[in-house]
Amino acid sequence: MAKVLVVTSGKGGVGKTTSTAALGAALAQSGETVVVVDFDVGLRNLDLVMGAERRVVFDLINVVQGDAKLPQALIRDKRVETLSLLAASQTRDKDALTMEGVSRVIGELKEKFDWVICDSPAGIEKGAVLAMRHADAAIVVTNPEVSSVRDSDRIIGLLDSKTERAEKGERVEKHLLLTRYDHGRAERGEMLKTDDVLEILSIPLLGIIPESEEVLRASNMGAPITLNAPASAPARAYFDAVKRLKGESVEMSVPSDKKGIFAKLFGRRVA
Amino acid sequence: MSLFSFFSKRSSAPVARERLQILLAHERSVIGGRSDLVATLQEEILAVIAKHIAVDREKVQVKLDRGDSVSTLEVDIEIPTPGAGPARLAMRG
Repeated sequence: MAKVLVVTSGKGGVGKTTSTAALGAALAQSGETVVVVDFDVGLRNLDLVMGAERRVVFDLINVVQGDAKLPQALIRDKRVETLSLLAASQTRDKDALTMEGVSRVIGELKEKFDWVICDSPAGIEKGAVLAMRHADAAIVVTNPEVSSVRDSDRIIGLLDSKTERAEKGERVEKHLLLTRYDHGRAERGEMLKTDDVLEILSIPLLGIIPESEEVLRASNMGAPITLNAPASAPARAYFDAVKRLKGESVEMSVPSDKKGIFAKLFGRRVA
Repeated sequence: MSLFSFFSKRSSAPVARERLQILLAHERSVIGGRSDLVATLQEEILAVIAKHIAVDREKVQVKLDRGDSVSTLEVDIEIPTPGAGPARLAMRG
């Protein structure tokens, strides 16, 4: 049974697209069939981060409006054959996305893939609501910073009210992905700690992605970090997060590029 | 830089944490997705009451207070009593 994930945050620039690419690639690298779908109509970027910007012919809007068939719009990744991309439209208006159209496309994608990962636009408007609409589970990407935490709290409220599951009285699984985390600064009291964010948002932790130069390097190269630098600290954190998504129990840690292999190990259990 | 300002500069995270806790406790009660729950409860409670007693819509108040460990749901219903002043039925749980 296919699983639909939404990668969301409310706030922009916290790492939704980077995380969508990294988690999608990592899942595909583990043998699952995955499609990553860009819902950021008008400001598409997932194609660029995935290195497929010159291969986009048809996009999500074309499929929603029936101008192209789904297989024509799916872009197969050149590095991992079980990974595909459905790009957003760069020229159209986000009003071109209709509830019925999106619902039909998600239904078709569920028949073809094990995982459908929707990269949400920032904000709480129509695009973000449509991206989360059909989700079975949500990955709430949060930076350890006040405005990001506040916006995540708002998004959690929307996940509990605006999704199809919520409307049917069912639960949308919610997972916190803490990104751009600086373990040293958190320990020195300069940055919110993982526990602070968990206590405030009270959703289970999926992973902690350390701040790293490798993330920018990967996006410069147009490759998900789990492909561009699989041994780097953030890539290892994404691989661990994917194992947890698949139901494996992996001890929570903040991988580090410095000195030892793991800077700190926490004995935390995750859902 | 004095020793004091050196230390106070380092501990900005607890300030962030406290500000967020206060702010979000307020925002969740005002605009959070849960406000939909309160609206639903208000409608359904009103419907149940209306089956037995004629009440004014405005006189049924439902309030959800989110606390750190316990949240309280406050239901306040004002019922007109013939001949006397209005009676009030209040529940907290």
